[in-house]
Amino acid sequence: MSGVVAVIDYGMGNLHSVASALEHAGARQVLVTHEADKIARADRVVFPGVGAIRDCMAEIRRLECDQLLVDALVDQHKPVLAICVGMQALMTHSEENGGAPCLDIIPGEVRYFGKPLLDEGGHRLKVPHMGWNEVRQTMDHPLWRGIPDMTRFYFVHSYYVDAVDRSLVAGSVRYGVSADAALARDNLFAVQFHPEKSDTSGLQLLRNFLEWNGRC
Amino acid sequence: MGLAKRIIPCLDVENGRVVKGVNFVDIRDAGDPVEIAMRYNEQGADEITFLDITASHEGRETTVHTVEQIAENVFIPLTVGGGIRSVEDIRTMLNAGADKVSINTAAIHDPELVRRSSDRFGSQCIVVAIDAKRVDDVDGEPRWEIFTHGGRRPTGIDAVAWSRRMAELGAGEILLTSMDRDGTKNGFELGVTRAITDAVEIPVIASGGVGNLEHLVEGILIGGADAVLAASIFHFGEYTVPEAKAYMAERGIEVRL
Repeated sequence: MSGVVAVIDYGMGNLHSVASALEHAGARQVLVTHEADKIARADRVVFPGVGAIRDCMAEIRRLECDQLLVDALVDQHKPVLAICVGMQALMTHSEENGGAPCLDIIPGEVRYFGKPLLDEGGHRLKVPHMGWNEVRQTMDHPLWRGIPDMTRFYFVHSYYVDAVDRSLVAGSVRYGVSADAALARDNLFAVQFHPEKSDTSGLQLLRNFLEWNGRC
Repeated sequence: MGLAKRIIPCLDVENGRVVKGVNFVDIRDAGDPVEIAMRYNEQGADEITFLDITASHEGRETTVHTVEQIAENVFIPLTVGGGIRSVEDIRTMLNAGADKVSINTAAIHDPELVRRSSDRFGSQCIVVAIDAKRVDDVDGEPRWEIFTHGGRRPTGIDAVAWSRRMAELGAGEILLTSMDRDGTKNGFELGVTRAITDAVEIPVIASGGVGNLEHLVEGILIGGADAVLAASIFHFGEYTVPEAKAYMAERGIEVRL
């Protein structure tokens, strides 16, 4: 069922934990790579990301991973899971690093949580948003199967996604503001949290991804 | 409802074994780090911190291997600290499977290491560990100073000012240990915890002195910590992570159950 998963590696951060969690979730083979033929051969694609957006975008473009991603998404119509900065890179633009253009695959902005960030009671919230927060599932989706609404996932980020088309929002999280925790469009699912670090719930989401046919 | 306060069991590891010193002197063997990390993961720990207290070079290689094994078996965040001196050391630990790396003494000798490493790897994976000790009060106000070498060597650096500077240089989190309390089981030093959580925008992990579950509650409700770290109360089976979480939840603290 799960076949071969390509984890797109553009040299930012360690991707072994993503690969290891995918294997643990049942992937037959995981390839951590930026080679076009390997990604073309894979049954599904993971687009991770960690670190600052400008460096990520520079490496994505230098290694032409943007084209590989579009090929997998549009031409080959493979199930694609974007994680954290991988999700942010899909948007139009990020406020990070003084402003950085992103891939514009999904229209929207990546915004700073802001100083001071306050909760509903007026208490100061720390940035980065680091730890386990509840994700409200705002649409039915095969990737949420077996995961109760308001399950906690592990987040670590200072910038959050704000998609223009609100019908694409699959999950939201509250941290001073309401941030997009998950986006879904056709064969693409994107999450701000780290499923590979989110214990049994994260592994369930990865298992769902491995079983997903790419349809909503 | 929102972000949960985190409970972080800490593994002090020497030559591939978990140990826990009392005041850094009396070392008791507590077991295999991979097994212990997996046990805490199953218990619902929110993260695992691994502090390498190995001195020898050969021991360091053992540590990298242990981190690799933990990362393959544990699907919650893993922080590795102890003896991290350079961007290259950080890269080695991240490549071995650590999600965050904790820098302590090296940040004192070379504060720019914090900037270089957070620029390179992102603030989210750079934790600055601060070992603070209360020193003579100035005008009746308490003051805490950074100490190195297991609390023996003063640096003259004010702990609160230092935490601010580390945050400015790009630290993503502060791991604050009270050297007056570490190993005593008398509870966190709440004064310095509150002073530092108020001083910085980034999350603060309170450490040093946990002897019972009420201490964890105090660290959060009085100290203002975002996470609490403990070792011996968990290692020697006095409390489990679920017991700690249930207790904190009863006291109105939001935890991941």
